[in-house]
Amino acid sequence: MPDTLVALYVFVLACFIGYYVVWGVTPSLHTPLMALTNAISGIVIVGALLVTGLEEVGSLAEWMGFFAVLLASINVFGGFLVTNRMLAMFKKDKKKR
Amino acid sequence: MELSANAQALAYLVSAILFILALKGLTHPASARRGNTLGIIGMAIAIIATLMGNEVKSYGFIIAGVAGGAVIGSVLALRIQMTAMPQLVAALHSFVGMAAVLVAIGTFINKQAAGALDAVLMGELSAGIIIGAITFTGSVIAFGKLQGIVSGKPVKFAGQHLLNLLIGLVTIGLGVYFAATGDVTALILMTLLAFVIGITLIIPIGGADMPVIVSMLNSYSGWAAAATGFTLHNNLLIIVGALVGFSGAILSYIMCRAMNRSIINVVFGGFGSETGGGESAAATAHEKGVKSASVEDAVYWMEDANRVIIVPGYGMAVAQAQHALKELMSLLEERGVEVKFAVHPVAGRMPGHMNVLLAEADIPYDHVLEMDEINPEFPSTDVVLVVGANDVVNPAAKEDPSSPIYGMPILEAGKARQVFFLKRSMRPGYSGVDNLLFYQDNCSLIFGDAKDTVEAMVTALKGGGH
Repeated sequence: MPDTLVALYVFVLACFIGYYVVWGVTPSLHTPLMALTNAISGIVIVGALLVTGLEEVGSLAEWMGFFAVLLASINVFGGFLVTNRMLAMFKKDKKKR
Repeated sequence: MELSANAQALAYLVSAILFILALKGLTHPASARRGNTLGIIGMAIAIIATLMGNEVKSYGFIIAGVAGGAVIGSVLALRIQMTAMPQLVAALHSFVGMAAVLVAIGTFINKQAAGALDAVLMGELSAGIIIGAITFTGSVIAFGKLQGIVSGKPVKFAGQHLLNLLIGLVTIGLGVYFAATGDVTALILMTLLAFVIGITLIIPIGGADMPVIVSMLNSYSGWAAAATGFTLHNNLLIIVGALVGFSGAILSYIMCRAMNRSIINVVFGGFGSETGGGESAAATAHEKGVKSASVEDAVYWMEDANRVIIVPGYGMAVAQAQHALKELMSLLEERGVEVKFAVHPVAGRMPGHMNVLLAEADIPYDHVLEMDEINPEFPSTDVVLVVGANDVVNPAAKEDPSSPIYGMPILEAGKARQVFFLKRSMRPGYSGVDNLLFYQDNCSLIFGDAKDTVEAMVTALKGGGH
């Protein structure tokens, strides 16, 4: 099976996982869900690292990689931190029943 | 130490599983923070495994980029006001989009230098660039609209959709031509046109539809990551992209369903443009007899109530009234009144917006209920306080088949014994539709800024200890 077809298999199966997992998310956490998906879509940093770190690169590609690393890192750090900050605010009523 | 390709692939698999568990954690507020931590671990594993692989050989630019991103990202995350969350999320979407574009172009340059280009790869690169570029400019416009830099009004002109279609077809055509020939001019033109589509796609969409748009761009940012995964043959990126893409798509669907509109209808505009009917309706408001009430009236009712339900909307966020509401809730609870909050799925500017603001004000999440949970409780509720919401409690959605919002599920506030509307003016909601609830016998309006009004209620409750 060619690589691209394997990638398609992975993609389609992951779509199904996404579908079932996300339907389970409680509506009250939809904003944290978006912030968390922001953070994990920072995974493009992996692509950015590969572009930047390649030895025999021309300087243009390296610069593009640098900015991609910068932007993706903002997502990773900003996304996880703000998700954590929001989730820390969700508290159950202590004094109740 | 260098990681072999197989070890790296296994590390990516672990990371993918951790991301799935992270999303799964959001099933309940109690497990959510653990989920976030799992996500962080997954990301750390992915980054370390990539850096230790044999493909990364120079580290200078990488360290600089990560350090810069860490500082900017952390400052943003710690400083951002909760009311400004929609803007932050839109900004983060745009970064993913731009990063995907940069990675695709960088990959093209590297592969060209290595002589490793083929039609399939170039086709994948085109897809990555187009989706990434649309995500970028689309999110920038959405950010501008949310921040008030760009007008929230829909920008419309004749032949708009035809123009979009035309640009879209030309862009795809250029992508196909590039894949077949490797022509750099076609690549550049395609990239620029994709940036243009992002703008022209979002400008016709009005402020009230922002929850759908933010969700949709969330979805796009995922597809952009997935496309990058295809170009790099990286399964981790493909998996994460699919997860995020579907997450955003489901949120868009939920938002559309909550407005009883199709995604096509939202994307191609509709609401916010037909304000004509709204004007005349507001003019007739006085003739039809709208009752206004004082803060004291409302306090009198609430003190004696068994159950009070508060319906927050975007107006609460604008007025920053959530903290005052928390105080009101505490004072009423001290008097034995049961207080609950009812949140409509599209209240606010992004999914779950109200829940975060209420949580920020220290209102426990078990007091905040979703539409389906709370609707059966309205008939046995004494007082409903509507704070900065409008369309989501409009009975026209159920009773008036000619209304533009007919069919939209609503919070059935009108079934309570008494409803108090906190409103700035008689202006209709975003849909431009007159609210039939105003004319019901059990409904009174309290005019003024939501925060000031709630604070006045708090003062009255503290002072008047009957």
